Amino acid sequence: MAGTLVVAELSEGKVRKSTFSAIAFAKQVGAPFAVLSLGAGASEAAKDLVAFGAQKVLTVDDPSFKDYVCERVAPTVAKIAKDGGWDTVVLPASTFGKDLAPRVAAKLGAGYAPDINLVKVEGGARRYRRPTYAGNAFSWLEIATPVHVVSVRQTEFPAAEPSGGASPIEAVPRAPDDAAAARVQFVKLEVGKSERPDLGEARVVVSGGRSLKEQFKQVLEPLADALGTALGASRAACDAGYAPPELQVGQTGRTVAPQLYVAVGISGAIQHIAGMKGSKVIVAINKDPEAPIFQIADYGLVQDLFVAVPELLKELKG
Amino acid sequence: MKILVAVKRVADPDNLNKIKLSAQGKVDTTGLEPKPSPYDDYALETALRLTENGTNTKARLGEVVVVTFAPKDAEQMLRAMLGTGADRAIRVDATDDALDGDLVARGLKGIVEKEKPDLVLLGYQQAESESNEVGQMLAEYLGWPQATFVGHIQSEDDKALLVGREIEGATAQVRVTLPAVVTVLDKIVKPKSVQSKHTPATHAYPEGVRFAALMAIMAAKKKPLAELKLADVAADATLKVKYGAAELPPKRAAGVKVKDVKELVAKLKTEAKVV
Ligand SMILES: Cc1cc2nc3c(=O)[nH]c(=O)nc-3n(C[C@H](O)[C@H](O)[C@H](O)COP(=O)(O)OP(=O)(O)OC[C@H]3O[C@@H](n4cnc5c(N)ncnc54)[C@H](O)[C@@H]3O)c2cc1C
Ligand SMILES: Nc1ncnc2c1ncn2[C@@H]1O[C@H](COP(=O)(O)O)[C@@H](O)[C@H]1O
Repeated sequence: MAGTLVVAELSEGKVRKSTFSAIAFAKQVGAPFAVLSLGAGASEAAKDLVAFGAQKVLTVDDPSFKDYVCERVAPTVAKIAKDGGWDTVVLPASTFGKDLAPRVAAKLGAGYAPDINLVKVEGGARRYRRPTYAGNAFSWLEIATPVHVVSVRQTEFPAAEPSGGASPIEAVPRAPDDAAAARVQFVKLEVGKSERPDLGEARVVVSGGRSLKEQFKQVLEPLADALGTALGASRAACDAGYAPPELQVGQTGRTVAPQLYVAVGISGAIQHIAGMKGSKVIVAINKDPEAPIFQIADYGLVQDLFVAVPELLKELKG
Repeated sequence: MKILVAVKRVADPDNLNKIKLSAQGKVDTTGLEPKPSPYDDYALETALRLTENGTNTKARLGEVVVVTFAPKDAEQMLRAMLGTGADRAIRVDATDDALDGDLVARGLKGIVEKEKPDLVLLGYQQAESESNEVGQMLAEYLGWPQATFVGHIQSEDDKALLVGREIEGATAQVRVTLPAVVTVLDKIVKPKSVQSKHTPATHAYPEGVRFAALMAIMAAKKKPLAELKLADVAADATLKVKYGAAELPPKRAAGVKVKDVKELVAKLKTEAKVV
């Protein structure tokens, strides 16, 4: 049947929040939709997906999907899309979705709209909009094939809220792996250990640049604690080892769009801005009045950060 | 090891905030210097590191072929890449308007079938369209394994690669048996990110990509640069995706400079209401 197949992103058997952005897309385009929960523990996770108005929640609960390997997962996603006659397959534009979606599209002979920030349905036609040129243009595209594959940006598709009801859960079989799967061996996952909120989901992000040097944690953590928030960093700060790599914000780091983004000693290179300019309110603290970050900051403070941050902390607490 | 590197020429990635829109609503990059997409430059550097002993970068222990789908003036970029160490270059004649990621992937498949490389390296995404799709589609069309978002590669006897895939908050370590498709991030050009079997484990590269010596640029003039038609590598040139007009994202309203921390906090509390 025509409609949308939402591919859920699971992590250790739990539904990741990015999934609800993909569901939000499905609700926006309006056609009936199903959600596919696929992985180890997928049937348990499916229970968290039944209250969003999906026609059904499909599950492929398979221990061999425990560690994500595209060459295992893609054939099953493509087969379920084809068998169900779904004309749109949507995934979150996380590294999971961005890795998987193009392979699925190629299997289905479908056009792919990557990393979209808006969809417009006009008459029968659907147009997708996406940031390009490091976020300096929004490009519109149309897909010429009957089946569409789409990945949606979590920052522009706010998570769908449960709408009640209980979609039926239906277990479906998996398809055989791609032959190439025999040539991929998942070795291990090295997880950065951070007790702070996830960057992609935090309401406030405090980010620091290379200028913080070895005092990155010492200066910024109390501020982040005071704001109850996530820490981010520029690539230069990560490269120099002042901040762990998973904190990097920007084109090759995380894309964030919190209510408040505080850039501390960050110059505002184009690749950094690409990852944070969707933030609602941007504050920049930098001692150079000409720093490019001030061109996009709502509130700019020209001051030495080692003076400004402790003062800010005092003022917030006071 | 024989490596094919796919490279895209783009408008100066450090100045993309200077793009304009044409009267037809197309992105206009006039005035921006054409350059290789940075991640493709890193893919080339990766290929060079995998096919040499880092302590003697003059001897190529393998073959590196660069390929682009672009108009004739992209030959300058290919020549420069031959100067930095690639052995051969291929240009498939095409304009951006006649391509989408799917067609580039199908075209690359045609080239892989002729060239039979052990590895195809690509940037994880190109700097203009940022589609992040060509490598994955190519892998599917070839029936090969794919490793995307790669920031670390260790070559095991040139038969398999142990790669680090950078995903949200973690690194996934995966072993892929060649032939395979790998797409790289900027982290791949850190001093110890690529460990080839030829280079002593203690060797550290300078950060970033290498530059061609003048002598090498002269010598590269004699290296082969082949030109192909799109029809030679992809039978069907139908596009699956069509880009229409673009728009400029909403400009952020000009912000204010506050005079001190007190004023900043006051504004955050009463004006922006975010703390
Ligand atoms: C292909 C590519 C991809 C990239 N991807 C990313 C990415 O994803 N994310 C990213 O962040 N970068 C990325 N970069 C790097 C980017 O171009 C910049 O180099 C980087 O963002 C700069 O980091 P920074 O602002 O910390 O350092 P700098 O540019 O060195 O700026 C430091 C700033 O701190 C200020 N400062 C110094 N001391 C003080 C003080 N005491 N008080 C207040 N201010 C002070 C200075 O005025 C300056 O503005 C990428 C680059 C390339 C080429
Ligand atoms: N026109 C092209 N010619 C050669 N390689 C390309 C071309 N377009 C994309 N690529 C390769 O595919 C990678 C990913 O591009 P994309 O999927 O378009 O973001 C690029 O970094 C290049 O390695």
